Amino acid sequence: MTQVSMTVNGKTVSRDVEPRTLLVQFLREHLGLTGTHVGCDTSQCGACVVHVDGRSVKSCTILAAMANGSQVTTIEGLANGDTLHPMQEAFRDNHALQCGFCTPGMIMSAVDLVNRNPNPSEETIRHELEGNICRCTGYHNIVKAVQAGAQAMK
Amino acid sequence: MTELGSIGKSVRRKEDYRFITGQGHYTDDINRPGQAHAYFLRSPHAFARIKSIDISAASAKPGVVAIYTGKDMAADKVGGLICGWTVKGKDGQPHKAPRHDAIAVECVRHVGDQVAVVIAETYAQAKDAAEAIEVDYEVLKPAIDLRDALKPGAPQVHADAPGNLCYDWDFGDKAATDAAFAKAAHVTRVELLNNRLSPNPMEPRSAVAEYDRGTDMTTVYVTSQNPHVLRLILCAFVFGLPEHKVRVVAPDVGGGFGSKIFNYPEETVAFWAARKLRRPVKWTSDRSEAFLTDAHGRDHYTIAHLAMDKDGKFLGLKVDTLANMGAYLSTFASAVPTYLYALLLAGQYTTPAIYAEVKAVFTNTAPVDAYRGAGRPEATYVVERIVEAAARELKLDPAELRRRNFIAADAFPYQTPVACVYDSGQYALTLSEAQKMIDYAGFPARKAASAKQGKLRGIGISCYIEACGIAPSAVVGSLGAGVGLWESAKIRFNPTGSVCVYTGSHSHGQGHETTFAQLVSDKLGVPIDQVEVVHGDTAQIPMGMGTYGSRSLAVGGSAISKAADKLIEKGKKIAAHLMEASPADVSYGNGVFSVAGTDKSVPMAAVAFTAYVPHNYPADLEPGFEETAFYDPANFTFPSGCHIAEVEIDPDTGITKIANWVAVDDFGNVINPMIVEGQVHGGIAQGVGQALLEGVVYDTESGQLLTGSFLDYTMPRADDLPSYNVAMTHTPCPHNPLGVKGCGEAGAIAAPAALMNAITDALGTEAIQMPATPLKVWQTIQSHKPALAAE
Ligand code: FES
Ligand code: FES
Repeated sequence: MTQVSMTVNGKTVSRDVEPRTLLVQFLREHLGLTGTHVGCDTSQCGACVVHVDGRSVKSCTILAAMANGSQVTTIEGLANGDTLHPMQEAFRDNHALQCGFCTPGMIMSAVDLVNRNPNPSEETIRHELEGNICRCTGYHNIVKAVQAGAQAMK
Repeated sequence: MTELGSIGKSVRRKEDYRFITGQGHYTDDINRPGQAHAYFLRSPHAFARIKSIDISAASAKPGVVAIYTGKDMAADKVGGLICGWTVKGKDGQPHKAPRHDAIAVECVRHVGDQVAVVIAETYAQAKDAAEAIEVDYEVLKPAIDLRDALKPGAPQVHADAPGNLCYDWDFGDKAATDAAFAKAAHVTRVELLNNRLSPNPMEPRSAVAEYDRGTDMTTVYVTSQNPHVLRLILCAFVFGLPEHKVRVVAPDVGGGFGSKIFNYPEETVAFWAARKLRRPVKWTSDRSEAFLTDAHGRDHYTIAHLAMDKDGKFLGLKVDTLANMGAYLSTFASAVPTYLYALLLAGQYTTPAIYAEVKAVFTNTAPVDAYRGAGRPEATYVVERIVEAAARELKLDPAELRRRNFIAADAFPYQTPVACVYDSGQYALTLSEAQKMIDYAGFPARKAASAKQGKLRGIGISCYIEACGIAPSAVVGSLGAGVGLWESAKIRFNPTGSVCVYTGSHSHGQGHETTFAQLVSDKLGVPIDQVEVVHGDTAQIPMGMGTYGSRSLAVGGSAISKAADKLIEKGKKIAAHLMEASPADVSYGNGVFSVAGTDKSVPMAAVAFTAYVPHNYPADLEPGFEETAFYDPANFTFPSGCHIAEVEIDPDTGITKIANWVAVDDFGNVINPMIVEGQVHGGIAQGVGQALLEGVVYDTESGQLLTGSFLDYTMPRADDLPSYNVAMTHTPCPHNPLGVKGCGEAGAIAAPAALMNAITDALGTEAIQMPATPLKVWQTIQSHKPALAAE
């Protein structure tokens, strides 16, 4: 067992975990933050994307121990209290989700994308979201949502 | 207060808040106190006899609670998994459905077949212990390739399915079709592979089962599209348990596309183990297991012939198909390449004679069953590819050839030669709308411009027909279905005026919580935010058939509409009493009961309250304000439409770029256009995936799955796809109360043919099969040397 401590959605947490525990397992199984999903076992789908120290990370690709001491934001921590993050609103307004399973990772990736690139073109969005698979929407409305979210984040 | 009268409006989805805030409840998010975790040891071989299994070392590993093999399940007399649709072959005999044990007993029949289950305190411990199980296999030569499996001397997947033949089935009038070919001026032949696909909903399958000893109740939370159907199968066929002691809950489900209709081994084992161990058992698939064990889709090999007269009028269609069933007959597998396929082979055309033969074949691969469209994409692919090929052979504009053969808008109801009676449609209209949208007339100029850039441009049309809401039950029963295909709904007013709707349909992304709320809001005059839609829990909803085949609105929505009508009828009696009028004089509209010619009126909420507090109430009327309805449609409903794809191919790289995509669909009346368009987008994406990117590949010698992860199986990503231009025409369904059809599968049905027609147009040859990967396109260019310049 190793002890890992980090700040998750503004709260300091500390747990004893097996060294092989992935960050996504730490979030889902140890903290009960089930908004972060697991859609694959090869780091391809992006359902697990969270922010670690402000950058998007596939939480299935790093060990919890590697995030020791970090600031982690998950989908549950993105809204400001009852006020949704503009990207969350944009996803809802543009029908950018159907089953919702890819959505948390997609939104977290989209926020990171816009943080780095406040005016993304359709091409940029499609390219940047290449690591997030959605089986439901065909991406059409996701692209629209990210554009709208980018405007709203200004 | 939300506005009433929201039908036809793009209302934002009620369910989205929980999903965008990470508060959805998918099965793997559910944990029960004291739960243990299951992990399956799977066969590394495509075909092998199990000589022995030694679990002694594994059993001693930390955290192990139990290890079970197929023999343990057999000792408990657990039944095999069933196929719920019996197809009778040409010889009148039922299909072969060899026993399918949830855990293999003597033989493993595909890579990934279950060999043992380890149940441990943690998932990691279960997985670790599984590695220590020793299995001695006698490895057998497998039958992998669909066509090879039928050859004499091929390995036999099941002793009780000689020649690997599940059934040899035919449909249509052979003599009439032969006669049509005898007088044909021209015959077009195509040879088509409909590639095998992995459905890959983003949420992997999962089950959490628990047994309550005190009440003798077993509850299973499971990724299912149809909880009552699953309960029926588990109780009546697999375990012999009374249905009232089993509760199946399908909570938020992260996509299905057909693959979560079925009764699978792993969920069955979790259910059994939870009862045996008297503690909750959880199993969640990883993606690698999903590739190995989720039922695949499609996998047809077809040769088709189209007979025409000298003017291109279709005289007859002959279709000869081999369909891969995989190693076991999955829940609805037998129906997909038969009744969901051959019955759609008329397409949008007046072809007077059609004859189809289908052989279903066992191979040592994962089971194949329904995947978005299920049989209908395969039918559309045959029809629309052969029509396009025929037009090219006849040197006719493919749009013109279609027009010469369309069923006319005034010919409905239209009896096809393959049993269907089409309800309504305007095929020429959807085609001309789509042609306008894509500037069909301007294509030659665009092709010439592409040619100047050294690029090959092509355009392809797909005019599809769909059949949704398969019904009525008596008809599907006569075709071999083991179930009825009606749907149920219960609407309950609460005393304070809000409403709960209990539907037998199940949403796994389709947005029922919104669409059905709009429907109820509109009919009963209750604001949308006062309507709660409940689904997916056999303990809460009336017996329901679930969601597949784009049936939810046409069948489930119609049941809701009927239940609402019953409430209005009862409400009239209550309102009449309150207004001291005769019920016959009471009219209803927009949530208000009124008496014509007077200023008397009573709102719905007051009626509901009165029904629960019946102090001043009609003497002969039951209190309460809740109604249930079951709806069994009179017929299928037949959505249709036209998709046109325009592509530009780089001959140096073989990369196909989708330059434009237009879709004009006719789903009848539409309740929420935003949701419907979303369904179209998603369907097209899956169709494009099939045509360009996706394909399950097994090594034909060893039977190893070569496309077992997202690294090897190309899922459509955002940068593989274009934006789509989507429009609709509205030809209402005449036989359901809402006039709606169904939209969930249309895109996946239409898209592959549109794209392959465009690609073959660009390449100037029909000789390329899906998926048209850059390599295949490039190779085709090398062998066929298409002319760059437009003719
Ligand atoms: S679960 Fe992390 S990328 Fe798929
Ligand atoms: S909304 Fe279902 S996977 Fe994206």
